[in-house]
Order: sequence, then C-alpha cells, then structure tokens
Amino acid sequence: MTTTDSTQGDRALATRHDDIEVVPLRHWGRWAAAAVVALLAASLMASLARNPNLEWGTVGDYLFRDFVLRGVGVTIMLTVVAMLIGTVGGVVVAVMRLSANPVLRAVASLYVWFFRGTPLLVQIIFWGFLAALYQRIQLGIPFTDLHVIDVSTNAVVGPVVAAILALGLNEIAYAAEVVRGGILAVDRGQDDASLALGLTKSQAMRTITLPQAMRVIVPPMGNETITMLKSTALVAVIGGKDLLTAVQTVYSQNFKVMPLLVVAALWYLALVSVLSVGQYFLERRFGRGHGPGGSQPGLAQRWLAGRKGA
Amino acid sequence: MATMMDHERDGAQAPDEAMVRATGVRKSFGGTEVLKGIDLHVRPGEVSCLLGPSGSGKSTFLRCINHLETIDGGRLHVDGHLVGYRQRGDKLHELKASEVAARRREIGMVFQRFNLFPHLTALQNITHAPCLVRRVRKEQARAEAEVLLERVGLGGRGGAYPAQLSGGQQQRVAIARALAMKPRLMLFDEPTSALDPELVGEVLDVMKDLARDGMTMVVVTHEMGFAREVADSVWFMDDGIVVEHGEPAQVLGSPVHERTKAFLSKVL
Ligand SMILES: Nc1ncnc2c1ncn2[C@@H]1O[C@H](COP(=O)(O)OP(=O)(O)OP(=O)(O)O)[C@@H](O)[C@H]1O
Ligand SMILES: [Mg+2]
Repeated sequence: MTTTDSTQGDRALATRHDDIEVVPLRHWGRWAAAAVVALLAASLMASLARNPNLEWGTVGDYLFRDFVLRGVGVTIMLTVVAMLIGTVGGVVVAVMRLSANPVLRAVASLYVWFFRGTPLLVQIIFWGFLAALYQRIQLGIPFTDLHVIDVSTNAVVGPVVAAILALGLNEIAYAAEVVRGGILAVDRGQDDASLALGLTKSQAMRTITLPQAMRVIVPPMGNETITMLKSTALVAVIGGKDLLTAVQTVYSQNFKVMPLLVVAALWYLALVSVLSVGQYFLERRFGRGHGPGGSQPGLAQRWLAGRKGA
Repeated sequence: MATMMDHERDGAQAPDEAMVRATGVRKSFGGTEVLKGIDLHVRPGEVSCLLGPSGSGKSTFLRCINHLETIDGGRLHVDGHLVGYRQRGDKLHELKASEVAARRREIGMVFQRFNLFPHLTALQNITHAPCLVRRVRKEQARAEAEVLLERVGLGGRGGAYPAQLSGGQQQRVAIARALAMKPRLMLFDEPTSALDPELVGEVLDVMKDLARDGMTMVVVTHEMGFAREVADSVWFMDDGIVVEHGEPAQVLGSPVHERTKAFLSKVL
C-alpha cells in the first residue's frame, strides 16, 4: 500500500463524516425490468377486466351461491378425510417398509410402487367405475357361497366414497415416503437406548422414534395437504360433488364457463392461501433445531409420547 | 444365522455364580469376524474394565451382553440365563422379542453419546421406561426419579431438556435413566469419551459411587485412573480376542503381552 492510497482512503473516510451526499449504486436493470413487468401486468388486468366474456358481475353473483359453498364444503371434506387416511395409512406403510419382516416389507414396497406409479387421475376413474369390475361387494369365506356382506357396488361406492378412496389410498403412498424419511432421520442411538431399557420395538417406535420424526415429517405433510386440496378437483371426472364438479354442473347448463371457473379459482386460491399461512407457522414450529433453551416438544409429540412419564 | 451346535450338545446348564460368563463368543458382520472367541467372566458385585485399541470389538461385545447384537458362536451367560435362548429339555429355543425385551430390563446400558431422548425432559427420560415397561405408577416413578437425580448430583434439574444440559450432566441423567429400571448389571461403553476433559470427573464420580454400592459393572473405558482405582479385573482386548486379563495393578503395571504393552505405552 502506498502513501497516496492511504491518504485517499483517509479522505474518503472523512467525507462520510461530513454532510456530503453518498450516492448508492443504482440498479437500472431492475428498474427497467420492473417497469416492463408492471406494464404487461396492467395491460393483462385491463384486458381481463374489460373482457365481456368474463362477466365480473356474474362472478360476484355466483361466488357465494349455495351450490358453490356446498362444493367448497365437499372439497374441504375430501381434503381433510383423504389426508387423515393418508397420514394414518402412511405411518403404517412406512413402519411396514422399515420392518424386519420381509413379507411386510414387500407388501409395503409393492403398495408404494403401484400407487405412485400410476396417475392419480387413472386411479380416480378406476374407483369411480369400480362397479364395472365388481357389480357386488361380497365378504365371506373364500371359495364358498357363504357371504356375511353382499351389497351392490354402486350403492356403497358412490362418487364421493370413490373420490375419498382414490385420494386417500393414493396419499398413503406419498405420506409413507415422507414418514419413512422422518423415521430414518432419527439417530439410531435412540433405538439402542430404547431397546436397552427393555422397550419393545413397537414401544420404541411409538414413544421415541415417531415423536422425534415429527419434526421432519410435519413440514412436508403441510405441502402434501396443499397439493391434496388442488388434487381434489380431479374427482370432477367422476362427478365427485366437489367445488369443480359443482361449477361444471352449472356451466354445462348456462354456458357461463369462464365466470364460473373464475369463481372456483378464487375459492381454491383462498383455501390454499389459508393453508400456506398455516404451513408457514408449522415450519417455524417444527423446523427449529434442538438448540439450548430451544423448542419444547409440540402437542403432537407430547400426545404421541403418551400419557406416561411426568 | 447363528448356528450354535455346542449349545445343543451340552446345553445351557446353570453356570456358576458369574453374572457374565462368555466362552468362545464369536460375532461376524458380513464376512468379517469381529469377535473371534471371547472368554470372559464377571462375578456379581465386581467392576470389570474392558480396554483395547479402537476396532478391537469392545462395543460389539458389550452389545452382545444385552442382545443388541446376536452372537454367531460360543456361549454367553448373563445372570444365569443363556443370552437370546431358553433351554427346554436338551433343546435351545430362540427367545421371542418380548422375552428378549424382558431380559434387557435387568441390564442397564450407558452409551458414549448419551442417547438421551431429546423430546423428553430429564425427569421424563428417567420415568419413561419404568412407567411404560414396568407399569410403575406415575407419581411413584417421579419420586424415584427425583431421588436418582439427587444421587447423580442433578437434584432439581428434572425439568430441563437434554439440549439444555452440559455433556456431563446429560451422561449423569443417562446413568440415572438406566438405574431407574433397577438393573442387576450395568454396561458402560466409553461413557466419558465424548466429554470435555473438565466434565469427565463428575461422571466418573457417579460411577465410583455406584461401584461402592456393589453394582456389577462392565466398563469399556480409556480412563486408566478409573480402571486402576475402581476395577476388580481388567480385560485387555485386541483384534476380537481377550489377550490378557487380571487385577488392574498387574495388567496395567506389568503387562505380559506385547500388544498390551504397546497399547498401554500409547494411552498412559
Ligand atoms: N453394525 C456393524 N456392521 C458392520 N461392522 C461393524 C458393525 N459394528 C461394528 N463393526 C465393526 O466391528 C469392528 C469392531 O467394532 P467395535 O465398535 O466393537 O470396536 P471398539 O473396540 O468398540 O472400538 P472403539 O474403541 O473405536 O469404540 C470394527 O471394525 C467395526 O467397523
Ligand atoms: Mg466402541
């Protein structure tokens, strides 16, 4: 470093203390890009707003109509029930996949392979047309004519039940992978310690491993829920009575296709936004490390750990 | 899988008074034999220290004692039972998982990395197994846990989570957790190796206290001071066998075997 350099440096420093304006670097590129984007967005909005085919008035008319609200209700119900089935089943399949029993392992792997390997839409149509495969559902002693249960398939598996089955059974496969990842993320020493204390494998899984796996499992399951909410729209192909089915039924009669699709889209957006906020808090809650003074176990963890202990 | 021919021949006759008796215990992982015929015995109330270089099979042998690993050959008796088997007539029957778990309850184990349950408080760590496994009432388990915490010098810290405790404190909770099951035998696998030097003493003190109370202990350790002061016998392992054993003064002071000498010259 030369003397000139250092004096210049000193002077530059000195100017900071004087009341001389400091000009930060201007990001002209960003401003230009923002302007272009704003212009494009504004013109798109204007075109949508002025497009007579969208009929914003009609959108407003339909937004809170009974059939729409009923559809929203079914969509929420499908999401909740399918996620419940998926989560409970996912834990079972994940534990089976990690079991020492080769038969359980094979069955679980086959399940995941099949349900992840075929499109959800195909599965939905399959359940919707189950009656084409089995006209009657019979439960009895195999290879005899004795039946405990004998009912018509269509009477039991209506569109909503078919939708629940399709979404739930499919979700099990995905949830199982999430849960398996969570279980594998728990330190193996935890298992050693549990077994050394005389816990059985299932006691160790239920009270030690799974509660710790929750930290890893919960955030992606939030994502799964958001995905599920949108996937429920697929059941419209079998008339699943969800939000999309509801608006489709109406627009196929009055041909107000675009306004009614906008109604559905607004509802999906609203529901996903609510879930995303929930997801944000879940991630904050569960994403934390076990640092000093850090996280206390959550409600679910305490519940899983059981009622024993202090 | 375990082929235990010699068991079937001369059965699992009740051994002498030993708490642990190993005869020719073998164990392989994949193709590599890690235990190549371990002979070792620990009498009730005795403290035995296992020494030996890294990879000599000390941890593996300790894990065989409470059946965290199955053995591939030889005989291993713990507290009068053949580990993993029950004798009926002249046949040995492999134990069910629930029976294995029941036998493990009589054996406490303390790990190098503590392995406390991070989602439970210190107190819950201690009461968890007694309540779940021994069906002890919650209030009683709590009261006993408080006494144990007091005993390991952590009275009043029961509400802390493991992450809020120092390594030495965590290891003392882990010892209390093992003691809560009222074991007849305690296994320690390098209980102070993961600790900062200044925290080693507090854990060793708890272990010395336990030894004075007559607990039967098998301790894998590199703490020569502890071995010399507390151990009744020292077993030096190398490459899957016991090379040399005896009283601490003899094995540590005037080792006979070259491998023992080489090892001791490095750690002392
Ligand atoms: N689960 C396992 N699978 C395969 N190999 C293993 C397994 N556990 C231990 N080993 C191998 O067995 C050998 C003995 O390991 P062990 O942990 O018993 O040694 P150690 O004497 O306790 O060593 P250290 O002082 O490093 O703890 C090592 O070579 C190790 O790599
Ligand atoms: Mg070891």
